[in-house]
Amino acid sequence: MDDRTPIQDTPLTVAGRTLHSRLIIGTGKYQSYEQNARALEASGAQMITVALRRVNLSDPSQPRLVDHIDPQKYVFLPNTAGCFTGEDAVRTLRLAREAGGWSLVKLEVLSDPKHLYPDMAETLRATDMLVKEGFDVMVYCSDDPVYARKLEDAGACAIMPLGAPIGSGLGIQNPVNIRLIIEEAKVPVIVDAGVGTASDAAVAMELGCDGVLMNTAIAEAKDPVRMARAMKHAVIAGREAYLAGRMAKKRYADPSSPLAGLI
Amino acid sequence: METSNPRANCSAPASAVDVYVNGELRSLPAGLTLSSALEHLGLDPRKVAVERNLEIAPRSGYDQISIETGDRLEIVHFVGGG
Repeated sequence: MDDRTPIQDTPLTVAGRTLHSRLIIGTGKYQSYEQNARALEASGAQMITVALRRVNLSDPSQPRLVDHIDPQKYVFLPNTAGCFTGEDAVRTLRLAREAGGWSLVKLEVLSDPKHLYPDMAETLRATDMLVKEGFDVMVYCSDDPVYARKLEDAGACAIMPLGAPIGSGLGIQNPVNIRLIIEEAKVPVIVDAGVGTASDAAVAMELGCDGVLMNTAIAEAKDPVRMARAMKHAVIAGREAYLAGRMAKKRYADPSSPLAGLI
Repeated sequence: METSNPRANCSAPASAVDVYVNGELRSLPAGLTLSSALEHLGLDPRKVAVERNLEIAPRSGYDQISIETGDRLEIVHFVGGG
């Protein structure tokens, strides 16, 4: 046992914004915006991803996200879901910046709708374009440490490698790579996509990630509000375990009670 | 179906203009500003963003931008997404 003072944690800060929760949640796939709002409340998250889409002209009175989730209270992170080129992403985020009035965005440039894996060459090009336009860009990316470095060099304000394919709920498939990315990065690393249940989020945080972004794991749980609460605790638990520093793994048993003084 | 010059179909003076709104051809009263066009469409200008002919329409300029025949408007808002 050593007597080091406990490691004090500092909150997650992305592009100058301080977040008191390391959990970021998506707002897609919920049964209603009302359910979404309740899950968000239960999750304790302060940042949510949102998409930008055409308004419904045939029924302008349809429920609106901003009527249920207050942009003054939560940080809205507009995404580029559905964009397949840098130009599409820039066009979408220029509109998002006008709609919201802020420049912090999530870039995702996908390739094939079947696996939704990011097109990394195009993602890097789009990052460069957006940074030059003054955006603060959090970048969804593959778990490739080489590309993660290139994104950081291009000015990404957060690196967001996937844990597993979007919406798959398979958990962290390549902890070795995620760990390498964390060790190399000087900007926050947030696992984005692939979390299926609370233990997956804890695993990501135990690897030393700065945060976890998830959508489907909460939205498609049987009880999304309860799962949101579970995720809140899992992210805290994983972070605490990471900071506490886990014990070494051993090949054999090691009794917890003293062997001396046995009667 | 897009026509190259929708105005060619009507005789002057025009009482309506044909514009593309989110990809759909629509007839709007002539002489609208972007502000009044949004109101006409039942939309709250504070909750949408508009691209006009591939350029962002700055929110501060909605009252100054006049809607012309053949304009292409994209009107978007935030929805749930991951």
